[in-house]
Amino acid sequence: MSFDYDSKISKAVQQVPPSAIRKFFDLANEMQGHVISLSIGEPDFVTPWSIREAAINSIIDGYTHYSPNSGYIDSRIAIVDYLKRRYGISYDPKTEILITVGGSEGLDLAARALINPGDEVIIVEPCFVAYKATVEFSHGVPVLVETKPENNYKLMPEELEAAITDKTKYVIVGYPNNPTGAVMTLEDWAKIKDVLMRHPDIIVLSDELYCELNYLDGKPASLAQFAELKERVVMVNGFSKSYAMTGFRVGYLAGPKELITPMFKIHQYCIMCAPSTSQYAVIEAAMNADAEIAKMRDEYNHRRRVIVQGLKDAGLDCFTPYGAFYAFPCIKITGMTSEEFCEKFLLEKHVAIVPGNAFGKCGEGFVRISYAASLEDIKEAMKLMKEFVEEHKR
Amino acid sequence: MIDDLELLRLIENNARLSAEEIAVMLGVTADDVEAEIKRLKDENIILGYNTVINWEKKAPDNCIGMIEVRITPVKNKGYDHIAQILSKYDKVTACYLMSGGFDLMIIYEDRSLRDIATFVTEKIATMEGVLSTTTHFILKKYKANGIIYDNPNTDDRQAIIL
Repeated sequence: MSFDYDSKISKAVQQVPPSAIRKFFDLANEMQGHVISLSIGEPDFVTPWSIREAAINSIIDGYTHYSPNSGYIDSRIAIVDYLKRRYGISYDPKTEILITVGGSEGLDLAARALINPGDEVIIVEPCFVAYKATVEFSHGVPVLVETKPENNYKLMPEELEAAITDKTKYVIVGYPNNPTGAVMTLEDWAKIKDVLMRHPDIIVLSDELYCELNYLDGKPASLAQFAELKERVVMVNGFSKSYAMTGFRVGYLAGPKELITPMFKIHQYCIMCAPSTSQYAVIEAAMNADAEIAKMRDEYNHRRRVIVQGLKDAGLDCFTPYGAFYAFPCIKITGMTSEEFCEKFLLEKHVAIVPGNAFGKCGEGFVRISYAASLEDIKEAMKLMKEFVEEHKR
Repeated sequence: MIDDLELLRLIENNARLSAEEIAVMLGVTADDVEAEIKRLKDENIILGYNTVINWEKKAPDNCIGMIEVRITPVKNKGYDHIAQILSKYDKVTACYLMSGGFDLMIIYEDRSLRDIATFVTEKIATMEGVLSTTTHFILKKYKANGIIYDNPNTDDRQAIIL
């Protein structure tokens, strides 16, 4: 083959390495069905029936056409109602809400709408893998802030301050956090707000997909709740995680009109609109599913305690997660790298978990364990984890 | 401090959890759990522990009748007298006082249609105060005790997605 494909591919795309742990992923996916999987980043619950029914009914009624670019107004009003009810924040459904194809589209739109080549974007690691990639695809320069287990993986104000330069365009924060399960309370955010008030040009992109999965008080907490900051906070949110709606591919951006409008422009040309069926499901989810969400949150919370206890019994250090559905224990006592640990654990004990370095360099020495799995599977996996650690402890 | 509603919801769905397991799940001690369960039993809030069995698979000829009973209330005892007598039969698995066109709903389980017919004609219909009965037979169970029968395992999630 003589065609020089490499020279044809955009440099921005080429410079983003394929996931470093691709090999492990392929192995885990091949063994699917024969392993206990605590590696999955999505709920094991089925979408609540009333939400599925709303989607089905919209199809029966023939509502299967393009929606307005920013989403059906009824869906946007439902989202605004939800944000008011749960966060106490007011948005204008006409100009400040953009319904996207999952939270991921929101991350991409923000990067494309905000970044000029060379702009710096502060990324708080360990974190969801798309943050860095979307910034790099848009010719931005990621500036990494590493959070630490001794700080319960919270973002510390001095860490943020140190990362800010005159090139900083925006900062991406994701709490409750994937992969650590860390949460930021409103008091924690207040300290971050103080830093941001000293740097009035910096925008905040706040990924709050796990906002409902907060086991401290069950309530979301956000930088957008500070009136003096709201004009430069863009919230990325959606229904995938809290509502077990990953396959619906529907999320939203909420923020000031001046920031949403340029993102809308890209969305209008590149995406057109989020799936109409999913947008009908959103109305039901945002308006009538609070009790269902609370039920799932309670069940995750029970499993969370079981997994934290199980990791402790296995002899692993693990800070107590209070959000999302992940635990992020340290595996350094085995002397193995994260990838070695996960590969051996998969091959020897048939349990799949994810190496921590998938979520940033500072995740090395840790593994992400999802408790979006049945209690039986979690208990069995923790028993096997104890055996495994005992066999490999140095 | 135990949230007794949370505890009840937990064991309502899984009665096999040990006190130790419940303690971890609720973030309390096993002693706390034992004490709370004892209290709930003493107060007749926890009445017993059942296993949900799909008898259609193990004993396909078993038969369940739902029997509507119209009765004349007994002086000073109202509907309770007859309801309490009917409740004493082991094969009566449920007995409810109803609003609407009849008074008691009896759920009765036995080995055959004939057994149920015999119970209705010989035991219920002949009771003093019983005006009439209407018997329905369950043909198939789709959901009972909050559990969907023949629920396929629908976990179609990919092992790892980033």
